[in-house]
Amino acid sequence: MTSEIIIQTLASGLLIGLIYALIAIGLTLIFGVMDIVNFSHGEFLMLGMYSSFWLYAIYHLDPIYTLPLTAVLLFGVGAMVYRVVIKKIIDAPMLAQIFTTFGLMILFRGLAQFLWKPDFRTVGNSVVSGTVSLSGIQIGLPQLTAGVGAILVTLGIYLFLTKTRTGAALEATAADKEAARLMGIDSQRMFTLAWGVGAACAGVAGGLLSTFFPIFPEIGANFILTAFVVVNLGGFGSVVGALLAGILVGVIEVMGGFFLGPQYKMGIVLCLFLAVLMFRPQGLMGKV
Amino acid sequence: MNQLNQQPVVSASYGSAGYKWPMRLFFVVLLAVVIFFPFFEKSPSHQNFVILVLMAAQLGVAWNIIGGYAGQISLGQVAFYGLGAYTSTLLFTKFGINPWFAIPIGGLLAACISLAVGWSCFCLKGHYFAMATIAVAEIIQIVFTNWDFAGGAVGLNLPMEGGWKFLIFADKEPYYYLALGLLLLTLGVNYAIEKSYFGYYLRAIKDEPDAAQSLGVNLSLYKQIAFAISSFFTALGGSLYAHKELYIDPGSVLHTGLSIKMALVSILGGVGTLSGPVIGAAVLTFIEEGTRMLFGGSGKGTDLVIYAALIVVIAVYYPAGVVGWIRGYLSRRTAIRQMQLEGRSA
Amino acid sequence: MTLLRVEKVSKHFGGICANEDISFELDAGQIVGLIGPNGAGKTTMFNCIAGYSHPSCGNIWLDGKEVSGLRPDQCARIGIGRTFQVARTFHSMSALENVMVGAVLGNRSIPTAREYGWQLLELVSLAKFADKPAASMTISEQRRLAVARSLAIKPRLLLMDEVMAGLNPSEVKEMVDTVKKIRNQGISCLIVEHVLEGIMPIADKIVVLDYGRKIAEGPPQVVSNDPVVIAAYLGDE
Repeated sequence: MTSEIIIQTLASGLLIGLIYALIAIGLTLIFGVMDIVNFSHGEFLMLGMYSSFWLYAIYHLDPIYTLPLTAVLLFGVGAMVYRVVIKKIIDAPMLAQIFTTFGLMILFRGLAQFLWKPDFRTVGNSVVSGTVSLSGIQIGLPQLTAGVGAILVTLGIYLFLTKTRTGAALEATAADKEAARLMGIDSQRMFTLAWGVGAACAGVAGGLLSTFFPIFPEIGANFILTAFVVVNLGGFGSVVGALLAGILVGVIEVMGGFFLGPQYKMGIVLCLFLAVLMFRPQGLMGKV
Repeated sequence: MNQLNQQPVVSASYGSAGYKWPMRLFFVVLLAVVIFFPFFEKSPSHQNFVILVLMAAQLGVAWNIIGGYAGQISLGQVAFYGLGAYTSTLLFTKFGINPWFAIPIGGLLAACISLAVGWSCFCLKGHYFAMATIAVAEIIQIVFTNWDFAGGAVGLNLPMEGGWKFLIFADKEPYYYLALGLLLLTLGVNYAIEKSYFGYYLRAIKDEPDAAQSLGVNLSLYKQIAFAISSFFTALGGSLYAHKELYIDPGSVLHTGLSIKMALVSILGGVGTLSGPVIGAAVLTFIEEGTRMLFGGSGKGTDLVIYAALIVVIAVYYPAGVVGWIRGYLSRRTAIRQMQLEGRSA
Repeated sequence: MTLLRVEKVSKHFGGICANEDISFELDAGQIVGLIGPNGAGKTTMFNCIAGYSHPSCGNIWLDGKEVSGLRPDQCARIGIGRTFQVARTFHSMSALENVMVGAVLGNRSIPTAREYGWQLLELVSLAKFADKPAASMTISEQRRLAVARSLAIKPRLLLMDEVMAGLNPSEVKEMVDTVKKIRNQGISCLIVEHVLEGIMPIADKIVVLDYGRKIAEGPPQVVSNDPVVIAAYLGDE
């Protein structure tokens, strides 16, 4: 067990953790603003991957370059999902909310399967294909780009939330919907915005992943559970928490998989999840 | 939109109380039809269809005890289904214990595990509890997938014959009556709960836990009991599946999609009611098999799309399910009739 | 005979001190009013007595037995009943079924509970709602239902949290009559109230809280003329 291997594993964990963080940020934003757990969030990721794929397959545009387009597209999808479906169940009983987003999850997967067939797709020749050597460790260039991309987007979201008026309005709605409304902030616009930005985050994560991950209708399932773990560990509603937790979960998952075997990776993450739920349900940074 | 916050209200049957005897007659006739169905319909695939409905209904009724009545949304009940299937199968095939004993033991084991799960998870609220149950079920699936003694990913086979001694049959008919019997047993227990003080406590816990406590209701105790009962019967359902299909693996008895289905069946039909899961099971199985026959199998996912669209529509527009809709309709008719009797315009 | 003894109870939440060093007693058969401006800590005190919170320091005794560490359901079984500011009736049940949930504590038999439930509904004049959904009742009716429900557990002490808030004068009178009927059955009442014209005429004793401390205790006429109390309500220094 050389230190080189450990650093290699840590690096892998860090990079995938950053992707988890990006996915989780979208999820935590939606929950923070309106207390709804979006079980279909993984499908926004999936749609982002397909968006990148088709732009690549049809127009030969590299996923990295089409990221902004994917982001805008998914923003639209998220906003539309809110307006058409979610808006109707804001005050509904929790059971109805859970099953609505669950239904959407299955719906998106079914639609993807129907439109694009269940075959695995890949983006073969991206501009970021290949590996890079950083002080002795081999890192896949796509993974590195993905990690860097995730950090940039996270930073962008953070700045948006803290430095812009709209971002502040979003945070205000998350803290106290009624008070925000009394101050002239339109909750409906904020909710739509939250869903749009949340979906866009997952979509961009999908775009980044598409350079090295296979693309198929059920891909969301691989990430949604981990996303929940990250959101919970970071604290529902906290973007910074999601970032830290994402990195932590990524590292734990990869290292755990390395020491115990890859088939247990998910199990380790889930045990972590249960531990957090029981001993510190508010997560690292969440409001209790 | 209802002003009653947390759980969908299948509005109490007062409004439709005038229809009590017609409804009872309906159910008696339905029961007779179901009991005598195999005498008239000999086609194995048709019999199988009804068996699937009965099994789905039984699992829905079991889920309903913890989810619909007590209001604790567990989305991980497949864990107990699988535990039941694996325990009875392992005890039977590896230790030679007769299924008539192995199956109840599987149920008891599931009930015990549910105590551990409940003890650690009941303090969690709402979505957190649901997510924790998903996590528990997924962990159990991972455990069984990697456990060679239990067949790992390859699964376990049951012997091909045995008759009533080992509950393994060549025809569908005995399974039909087993499934029906298990459903009636589970319904019976549910009915007994509903009519007893335990049932009142569960509904109180679901509606207003703080108020329930102020009336002397020990929340954890009653939730645990409901959970144990629910898990016990879910496990029996798993064992039935094992004996019917003669093959189990993590993908078939520990798959999270099944947990969703167990809850969905009740939501579709009406949570917190006796007939809800039965109706829901009939509708759901009909749709599943129907779309599969018409569209599925080509890998196109059309059946999934229809299935999912249905879930969304029910969750958004009819959270009280079919039974809730029927009761609402009957209540309105009663109210209209009353107004007419009192001489006011309808 | 002292039924309830609150002794030097304090309750802190993080940095906030909701109750500080509060002591008072309630004798069997008494109606005691607990009043004070908003935020004085009255509901916190209720929560401590009924087991929903545990005092940070101090003790609470019911008839000589310590209750300060018990769970809410244990407190209920020992004889402490309570209502909530928001009625919290069981919305999926009828009025009668609501009361029955309480009634089965003493006797698990459903028919017995049903009969007892009828009696209690008649006590609070809600018998006509017996089979109607609880959610279809007005706020004032739901409050009375909550009271009937709490009575079903046969408490020795009933804590009522702002049962008269938002009621019109005739509804207030109905509630006052109900409280008197309760006392006549031998049940002691500790009532948090803002509607002073409801509580002052019937209370044997008033305890006044302000900013988490007890500032006055005594018969209603004495307390209502106490300059400290008046100042607290008016906000003068």
